[in-house]
Amino acid sequence: MLQQIEGSRAVAETVGLCRPEVVCAYPISPQTHIVEGVGELVKSGRLAPCEFINVESEFAAMSVAIGASAAGARTYTATASQGLLFMVEAIYNASGLGLPIVMTVANRAIGAPINIWNDHSDSMSQRDCGWLQLFAETNQEAADLHIQAFRLAEELSLPAMVCMDGFILTHAYERVDLPSQDQVDRFLPPFEPRQVLDPKDPVTIGAMVGPEAFMEVRYLAHYRQQQALERIPEIAAAFAAAFGRESGGLIRPYRLEDAETVVIALGSVLGTIKDVIDEMRAGDVKIGALGIISYRPFPAAAIRAAMRNAKRWVVVEKALAVGVGGVVATDVRMALDPALHQPGTTAIAGLGGRAITKASLRRLFSEVVAGQAEPLHFLDLDCRIVKHELARMITDRRSGPIAENLLKHVGAVAARIA
Amino acid sequence: MYQVRIHGRGGQGVVTAAEMLSIAAFQEGRHAQAFPSFGSERTGAPVVSFCRIDDREIRVREPIMQPDAVIIQDPTLLHQVDVFQGLKPDGYVLINSARRAEALGLGDLVRRIPPDHLLTVPASELAATHLGRPLPNAALLGGFAAFAGLVHMASIAAAIGEKFKGGVAAANIAAAQAAYDWVLAEMSEAKAKERV
Repeated sequence: MLQQIEGSRAVAETVGLCRPEVVCAYPISPQTHIVEGVGELVKSGRLAPCEFINVESEFAAMSVAIGASAAGARTYTATASQGLLFMVEAIYNASGLGLPIVMTVANRAIGAPINIWNDHSDSMSQRDCGWLQLFAETNQEAADLHIQAFRLAEELSLPAMVCMDGFILTHAYERVDLPSQDQVDRFLPPFEPRQVLDPKDPVTIGAMVGPEAFMEVRYLAHYRQQQALERIPEIAAAFAAAFGRESGGLIRPYRLEDAETVVIALGSVLGTIKDVIDEMRAGDVKIGALGIISYRPFPAAAIRAAMRNAKRWVVVEKALAVGVGGVVATDVRMALDPALHQPGTTAIAGLGGRAITKASLRRLFSEVVAGQAEPLHFLDLDCRIVKHELARMITDRRSGPIAENLLKHVGAVAARIA
Repeated sequence: MYQVRIHGRGGQGVVTAAEMLSIAAFQEGRHAQAFPSFGSERTGAPVVSFCRIDDREIRVREPIMQPDAVIIQDPTLLHQVDVFQGLKPDGYVLINSARRAEALGLGDLVRRIPPDHLLTVPASELAATHLGRPLPNAALLGGFAAFAGLVHMASIAAAIGEKFKGGVAAANIAAAQAAYDWVLAEMSEAKAKERV
């Protein structure tokens, strides 16, 4: 049913329709509304049988999820930012053990300095942990991806993260078409685990593996992620057939047919990018966009094929690999056909909730089209306060904490709109 | 696309107001997007929320920097935050105040937008009467429905009914209706003056 609903609530309702049997979570902004919503479903009896377990930390949340999943329960949790980092050891265990847990990551920056706002640093820090990572562009897609994630994860015995932009999506009210229980039941079969802790048929899970087989266990994890490259488009197609709308898949091209310049991005910023592309297209600029929905596994072949007619590209990404530059851009560069010599720009944007505006994107894209963009660009970086702080550091050995100094220089933030 | 920016303070239901406005627009079959700009989530701190309304899918996610209308839930913000930043020349301003706009010292703004696009409504007082608490958000939406004609009062009432339950919903709807009536009366009075 079509509803005007908060993104977090839409995800909670959809997760409920997927009939998880164990939900364990620890609250952290901007994820909290999601697990509160699932908690209400359990308490009211609308989601049953399901055990909602309040845990004492994110590490406990993932540990409980591992136990529940190993015992054969469909298991869900959600987190963000420092919460994701706090569960990292268990995150690697979940994927290493091949347990199909589904987790929402309400994307948020990582401190220090502490910052509750949106960027992709949290998910990106876990890009190599062996989980599938799917990025939602809208709240409709965020909801839909959870249904697909359970099916995908359980088929392949791999855990999956559904990444959605914190606040920008989680706290946004927009229309979402929530499916019926019957529709979800027909699409998502009951969980049939490959391995299960069952007293009637005892096994151990989590053996120590030495040099004789560790490489092979890891290789098989990689192999199953490669299988996901085939299954993700198939499941997205099955979803479209069952639910009557497109959601998910590996990549999403937008006005690429004759595009000479291609903007590549993940998540909700694609909406703003598409609006800018429409405006530039009206001015006869041959520009298009390529959304990456599946970041892990990374759809290198699909990206290479989609980019074959592109002359240049820019990745707009909400994470910074300090000391390197872009995270996504590095993967994109690897995917392209070297014979085509397509120059690219990495644009780091929106860190810590900095608004990514149409005006700034338009300026950036115009520079990229004209071949004038730096290889590594920081969108709307306030060079004035950066230079001021650098000068202080040169003149004064005890220049003090950088974050506090910059804040003093910026002044009262409450007086700003964006 | 019609864009509304709501300014207020933590605890005044600024975010809920944008959400209810989006639900009202959705009730009328339109696309709507409401979202907050959480600065500091403290009671009393300045808070901004946004609502876009359109007849087609809304894709843009930037904050609203050129609003068609600004709703100000707390008049003490007027000289603290640049609440009128980017307001369109023919934009609308609705301020929660028992005083007339002329008495609020808005000088420049009054000259920038048409005189009948600026209005005050005693939303806190109306809320205190109907709700027992001076929470102005629902009342301001009622006033806004009468003022800008963007959404109908019935849709605002339905949106309030979706967000709140029972007596709280009824009291907020009554406050919104009172503000709606108040603004209509104010506008017809202004029209009458024009004729003289």
